[in-house]
Amino acid sequence: MNFSSKIVEQAVDEFAKLPGVGRKTAFRFVVHLLKKDRSELSAFAHSLLKLKEETRECKLCHNITETDICSICASPRRDRKTLMVVEDIRDMLAIESTEQFTGLYHLLGGVISPIDGIGPSDITAQHLMQRVQEEGFSELIMALRTTIEGDTTNFYLYKKLRRPGLKITTIARGVAIGGELEYADEITLGRSILHRLEYENTLTK
Amino acid sequence: MHLASLSLLNFRNHNEISLQFDKRIVCFTGANGSGKTNLLDAVYYLAFCKSYFNPADHQIINHTEALMVVQGTFDDNNEELKIYCGLKRGQRKIFKKNGREYDRLSDHIGLISAVMISPTDHFLISGGSEDRRRFLDSVISMQDRSYLENLIAYNRFLLQRNSLLRSFAERNYFDEASIEVWDMQLSQVADVIHLKRKEFITSFATVFSDIYSQIGATREIPTLNYESPLEQGSAQEILTQNMQRDRMAGTTTSGIHKDDIEFQLDGFPLKKFASQGQQKTFLLSLKIAQYYWLKAANGGNPILLLDDIFEKLDNTRVERLFNLVASDNFGQVFITDTDAKRIKKAFLQTNIEPQFIPIV
Repeated sequence: MNFSSKIVEQAVDEFAKLPGVGRKTAFRFVVHLLKKDRSELSAFAHSLLKLKEETRECKLCHNITETDICSICASPRRDRKTLMVVEDIRDMLAIESTEQFTGLYHLLGGVISPIDGIGPSDITAQHLMQRVQEEGFSELIMALRTTIEGDTTNFYLYKKLRRPGLKITTIARGVAIGGELEYADEITLGRSILHRLEYENTLTK
Repeated sequence: MHLASLSLLNFRNHNEISLQFDKRIVCFTGANGSGKTNLLDAVYYLAFCKSYFNPADHQIINHTEALMVVQGTFDDNNEELKIYCGLKRGQRKIFKKNGREYDRLSDHIGLISAVMISPTDHFLISGGSEDRRRFLDSVISMQDRSYLENLIAYNRFLLQRNSLLRSFAERNYFDEASIEVWDMQLSQVADVIHLKRKEFITSFATVFSDIYSQIGATREIPTLNYESPLEQGSAQEILTQNMQRDRMAGTTTSGIHKDDIEFQLDGFPLKKFASQGQQKTFLLSLKIAQYYWLKAANGGNPILLLDDIFEKLDNTRVERLFNLVASDNFGQVFITDTDAKRIKKAFLQTNIEPQFIPIV
């Protein structure tokens, strides 16, 4: 694409850096923004700047917050004995929207993957160990992605964190609810047979 | 599964050709460069969505044309099965079954089974251990899905472990705990794969040497020797033993990714001491053993594609091979040769009348 203006081109390049946005979509955004009032644009730009200037990581769980401690960690209604380990804020929000979990979170910021240059020191594993030492949890729930890298991270943390009195669990892997068995992939279906449940325990109490 | 008709448009050197097959054994005859092998490859293409000889799809289309079509009508227990493949230059290929396009090509693979035997298979003897491992893995995974899954997991673990070793070497640093988690997971799948390969080679070797003696009719003893670092100890032990070396090299120096099968004839390495005819007989027996495995996995007779079978084989060995494929153990067989008379003669002993299709 050949732009008549250097400034337009620069803006397109910036938008095209966003995930899932190519140069064509980026150009659409720029054309759209050009039609806006100055005040609207200024509010838009301002909110972008504030992202970095006025947010920070929660000192406990690494969630994104405007205060030192995020609203979940600060809430008196949360169960402080159970900690769930997730990769990032997207996974945390997904778990929150289930309304099935009332404990605290710890955001790792990634999973161990040497190919991508991510080792234990590049995620918040050290801080997690410290929290487990200090905060006296009774259960740790691993809710990481079910890939080889996610499993390895689970395994690494398990080896580092296991101690008497601390139950370490992982979220169940199995057939999706409302799904038909014939469409489930073999690995998932196979795993759900290996880790089958006592029927008694599946009844809602 | 029986291929009843095949029609090609701009597939390699064939601009337009339409063939009907009414016999179980079909022979394509013709001069060099007439396109006999390309016909076998077209059948292979319908089964596996790719060429046996040429991995680059755009080279399958005739040089001067922009589009190619391969169509085949199969008879699957009296049910008609129409497979269509169309490929335009610069576009993705389209595979259809009975007029309906597949969402994924992998959904098609396995529906039609075929084995190609060609002079190019010689890479199994002359090539590196990687080629032999690929052959081994492809035969085992036909029957064992979990084997393939373990293999994929192993390769992923290995890639991660090697990246970690390389970054240790580059930064002059070592962290035992990080490497340990990869080692434990890697060795778990490695032991399973090793055991499966060992079991498989034992049973495969029996079938294989039986075929060898049927075709070769000699007292030569062919053997398949499984060579694996894991014969010396468990995967975890091998990794621990080699840790120092792995750290220096920045990669995993030992494990099932170094496995090999040594081919021997009467106890001597095939590659160095066997004649060309003996090597060819060895390869033929390997591929026919593979045919039996595929047949057992799919429960039907795969299509056998025999390319340039007289090359390097004496007439009696070819006759014995034809005797074998004429038996009820085999389904449809396609054969190419430059000389129709030679094939006719070789089939005289069997009471089967092949169909001859001259290609010009």
